[in-house]
Amino acid sequence: MAESTSSAAAKQIQAAGVSIKDLRKSYGSNEVLKGIDLEVAPGEVVCLIGPSGSGKSTLLRCVNLLEQPNVGTIHVGGFESTDPDVDIDKMRRKVGMVFQQFNLFPHLSALQNCTIAQTKVLKRSQADAAAVARKNLARVGLDHLADRFPDQLSGGQQQRVAIARALSMDPELMLFDEPTSALDPETVGDVLAVMRNLAKEGMTMLVVTHEMGFAREVADRVVFMDGGVVVEEGAAEQVVSAPTQPRTKEFLRRVLDPTHIDIAD
Amino acid sequence: MAMTVRQRARVSRSVQYGLLALAVVLFILFADWASIGKAFFNWDSAVKQFPQIITLALKNTLIYTALSFVVGLSGGLLLALMKLSSVAVWRWIATLYIEFFRGVPALLVFIAFGFGIPTAFGVRFDIYVTVMLALGMVAAAYIAETLRAGLQAVPKGQLEAARSLGMPHWRAMVSIVIPQAFKIVLPPLTNEVILLTKDSSLVYLLGLAASQYELTKFGRDGITQPNAGLTPLVIAGACYLIITVPLGILARRFESRTAKTKG
Repeated sequence: MAESTSSAAAKQIQAAGVSIKDLRKSYGSNEVLKGIDLEVAPGEVVCLIGPSGSGKSTLLRCVNLLEQPNVGTIHVGGFESTDPDVDIDKMRRKVGMVFQQFNLFPHLSALQNCTIAQTKVLKRSQADAAAVARKNLARVGLDHLADRFPDQLSGGQQQRVAIARALSMDPELMLFDEPTSALDPETVGDVLAVMRNLAKEGMTMLVVTHEMGFAREVADRVVFMDGGVVVEEGAAEQVVSAPTQPRTKEFLRRVLDPTHIDIAD
Repeated sequence: MAMTVRQRARVSRSVQYGLLALAVVLFILFADWASIGKAFFNWDSAVKQFPQIITLALKNTLIYTALSFVVGLSGGLLLALMKLSSVAVWRWIATLYIEFFRGVPALLVFIAFGFGIPTAFGVRFDIYVTVMLALGMVAAAYIAETLRAGLQAVPKGQLEAARSLGMPHWRAMVSIVIPQAFKIVLPPLTNEVILLTKDSSLVYLLGLAASQYELTKFGRDGITQPNAGLTPLVIAGACYLIITVPLGILARRFESRTAKTKG
């Protein structure tokens, strides 16, 4: 087992891409995703932006099958996750997920949060798992708080532990579902810094976010969604700074200048 | 006369204390202490209960309770998981079971296990097995509902996070959801143990050998002795309190602890 740890530590991030074709998802008669096509190349960082209710979180959750799509195909790291015979658990090992509400396990310490899936799913020894966990806690700047429990950590620290927890499974793709939306403003920066480093290291990332500064700076591409469809996508700088579609312009104007009062509305 | 709200509350409190004190004084003055003492607190009779009421009866009560709690807890967990299953048939079976065993008196279940089943199937259970099954199956129904509530109180995001890490459903339940649910249901679960302790008295129905006597049967046996009065039952009652009062305190402590971690 020792060699698997050292090889995991030595190994560069192995990046997997995502390929989504004609994805549709309905809740009853309410169609939330109306035929989404989206490609994420290995090592690419793509930010999903758009108003609430536009379907971006649902799209993200479809990628690791937390939501079951009705129609369409998703390929993730050599798996066709929409194939009914796919081994969901095996697929999910390659896909790290970070939630808006962190969802750390409250009965486990930060370190145990990072080791439990390693020992139970990857069958790593306790010592190997702890070594990987400590490495990843250091990566998010929290190795000194490894023995704290979630309720003893700030929101930003909890979210960084959640990132370390996902990284401890050596994922090839990371999904972020509004990772900073539930945070106090002063801790947002720490989480974004961790994500920025991760992007630099070459991780494939699909990020639902309202942080336009982060999207412009870190993302390779930005995808704007509204009403269950992709309205506009392109290079981050172009979509955020010079959008072409009226709906994108309207959305960005509201997000970037929230104090602006639109009398016509 | 005009009183402030606070004054009125103070007067009302004083009157209540006064009435209670009066009732106690009247009782002490006019009760027939000689008769009461003879009926309930006969020293000679009390002494005769020891040490057997502890070494035999209390011990057996604890054994019956513990055995049935083990069955109740494992059965209850199974039923709770069945009730939350995505397979409808499991849910129906669990609901049927729970409604039945919560709905009939434990006494009837004891009779069924003690006399009905041996007659019908020609099998004769050991007394400990009978208690374990009869009381355990009733307890399972109650515990199942408690555990189901606890399992549902664990936020959905916990299961999602565990599944997202590649854990199969059963593993996510065992390692993540169930431990959290148990913490939530510890206070009501402790109350279940208290109820079980008392219900273990129903075993007297089954006709016990002397070595199988538990507190209630031991006490009932005791009062048949000449001049014993009801003292043996009083002692037996006190023994139940020795078990249940600390459990009650424990439950309250668990409760305040979960309240604290939530805040």
